[in-house]
Amino acid sequence: MMRPARAHPLWLAFVLHRVSGVALALFLPLHFYVLSLALRAPERLDNFLTFAELPLVKFAEFGLVFLLAVHTAGGLRLMAMEWLPWSAPQKSLAAGAVGFAVLLSGTFFLQVI
Amino acid sequence: MDGQSQTMDVSVWRGGEDGDYQTYQVPAYESQTILDVVSWIQQYEDPTLTYRFACRVGMCGSCAMMVNGEPRWTCRTHVRKVLTDGAIKVGPLRNLPVIKDLAADMDPFFDKWVAAGGVHTPSASRNEPIAPVDPDGDDRVTASAGIECINCSVCYAACDTVAGNDDYLGPAALQRAWTLYNDTKHDNRAGILDAVSGTGGCHNCHSMGSCTFYCPNELDPMAAIAGLKRETARSFFRNRKG
Ligand code: HEM
Ligand code: SF4
Ligand code: SF4
Ligand code: FES
Repeated sequence: MMRPARAHPLWLAFVLHRVSGVALALFLPLHFYVLSLALRAPERLDNFLTFAELPLVKFAEFGLVFLLAVHTAGGLRLMAMEWLPWSAPQKSLAAGAVGFAVLLSGTFFLQVI
Repeated sequence: MDGQSQTMDVSVWRGGEDGDYQTYQVPAYESQTILDVVSWIQQYEDPTLTYRFACRVGMCGSCAMMVNGEPRWTCRTHVRKVLTDGAIKVGPLRNLPVIKDLAADMDPFFDKWVAAGGVHTPSASRNEPIAPVDPDGDDRVTASAGIECINCSVCYAACDTVAGNDDYLGPAALQRAWTLYNDTKHDNRAGILDAVSGTGGCHNCHSMGSCTFYCPNELDPMAAIAGLKRETARSFFRNRKG
């Protein structure tokens, strides 16, 4: 069977939302584990924090904040779109959500380097 | 371009679910629709080619097919608009069983139309006075937004949620339900909310908008489904209070 070409803005927004949601779900357990080190093994946490100072790791953190921002903005967009009876400007909302996410994660990026 | 000096490669799905594409050389004309091309093959190359059409003017909704991977009404899709590198690929509508060649089995599509509560139940009989309807009233405006649906199933073929979930009622049926829900002369509004809030109901929709993007009549099933999401949720909380 043929698959339709689906590369229109709302479909891409959907894919972005799903990918970021799944990635966040994979990341969170790891995140909680590291936080738990503060209580269970402070010296290992310190080691990890030194490791987290590496530029590459900082860059990965940028990615994570971006995921969260993109997913939050995308989720808010969906909720606004479905729960407030708007119709036409959805595409611009989708674009706005991504823009907002870039802004937020970009700010974080500038702060950490 | 004049006459038949040029041809194009048109691959057409032949056979049932396990068929394959077969390529035909079709003369290219200045002004020509995909349906013209399919008809040319049936008339001059192979009379056994099976496909559907009726009105040829975008009214009946019977001619929808996949054209270069996208669902389209073929009688109003100009070849010039979709021709890619001198070639066109035409297949039966996605998300429906294939009967033969370009004819998809529309039964699931129409069964879901009924399952979503799409059959009108009058709120009054012919013996009662006709209740006036304000054409500019909010309900009526919302209902009118969906009435130009021609049941072509283009949206149904475009929807990835339909592709992934056999039970999902799909955009056209849900839009029909929303239209009736807002029709003051429809008597079974609660029935509609029940019908669209089950496993295959409106809450499966991820608002990815392929339905609205591809609907040839420029309708907005995605917005209609969002309306159903709001009303089903509202009635859920109302019932819990009551
Ligand atoms: C921070 C605020 C958040 C908001 C406003 C939000 C909002 C949403 C919404 C509205 C959906 C439904 C999308 C749809 O119907 O397609 C969704 C899906 C999802 N969310 Fe979130 N979410 C948030 C945080 C998170 C977090 C922290 C995680 C990771 C654990 C997560 C994981 C997911 C996953 C895996 C999906 C399914 C994706 C899909 O159905 O396409 N979300 N989110
Ligand atoms: S908006 Fe909903 S119904 Fe329309 S294509 Fe997307 S999932 Fe399907
Ligand atoms: S909503 Fe549009 S695409 Fe879907 S069946 Fe009706 S006319 Fe066709
Ligand atoms: S033949 Fe009727 S809509 Fe195309």
